[in-house]
Amino acid sequence: MAKAAAKTAATASPSAERRPALAGRTVSATGVKVEVLPPALRISLRAPEASVAALSKALGVTLPKQPKTSASKAGRTALWLGPDEWLVIDEAGKDPLANCAKVSALHSSVGISHRNIAISVTGPAAEAAINSGCPQDLSLEAFPVGAASRTILGKAEIVLLRTADEAFRVECWRSFSDYVFTFLSEGARDAAG
Amino acid sequence: MLLIRCPYCEEERPELEFRNAGEAHVARSANMVGESDDDFEKFFFIRSNPKGIIYERWRHMHGCARFFNAVRDTVTDKFVMTYRAGEPKPSKLPKNSNEGLAK
Repeated sequence: MAKAAAKTAATASPSAERRPALAGRTVSATGVKVEVLPPALRISLRAPEASVAALSKALGVTLPKQPKTSASKAGRTALWLGPDEWLVIDEAGKDPLANCAKVSALHSSVGISHRNIAISVTGPAAEAAINSGCPQDLSLEAFPVGAASRTILGKAEIVLLRTADEAFRVECWRSFSDYVFTFLSEGARDAAG
Repeated sequence: MLLIRCPYCEEERPELEFRNAGEAHVARSANMVGESDDDFEKFFFIRSNPKGIIYERWRHMHGCARFFNAVRDTVTDKFVMTYRAGEPKPSKLPKNSNEGLAK
């Protein structure tokens, strides 16, 4: 399956114009800034324990095995979502799907670059802005830098990654992006007020 | 908000991330075709609905997405313990289960 998917991606015209949802939208409030991040390449990766080593080698980033953690190397981040599930995000422009296609060990990698969009929430009040709709404990003790988790924001499912003490990356489905961005903007305004 | 311990995420998470998935340990017959109507009714429709300790399946829908089993007290709504799917019914519950403590 991974092989077939990689082939399709390779034949697609590289010059096709991409129009990311909400591109360039930004909202600033006191102590927090919410902005849509540029497009990235992503895959949803499912693999049994026995394939993890081979996939880590091919991807160039060690797939984390601990819950709620992530690993990052050279613009590529692997987020633990479940015991056999990872989200791999590449911001350096190298397609992780092509890397996985070369692995013969059992796995399923599905390109979801266009399914998700990413929103960054930064600033001293970032934690409060996200907590306006996310019930998880986001204090630095419970959710340190590098922590990643699938969770919810209001009514939409998101994947949350803490990239720095005061910076989060929120990944959500493209069709939810308007809702999530607006929710975070309102949250930012409340957090600032 | 209730905090539920996910045995796969190995920590307590807010209840909004979870979905109930019915009673646990309801065994499906290996010979479904040969089941009598009465037995099928018992398997398919009849649930224990106890007052007190109940064994349920839960799913960490907006987290690791895994199904697991939980022991819950229907009177106090407190979770006694959770354990991974496929593991047998715990023969002994933690001592504090009578006081309805979640941990």
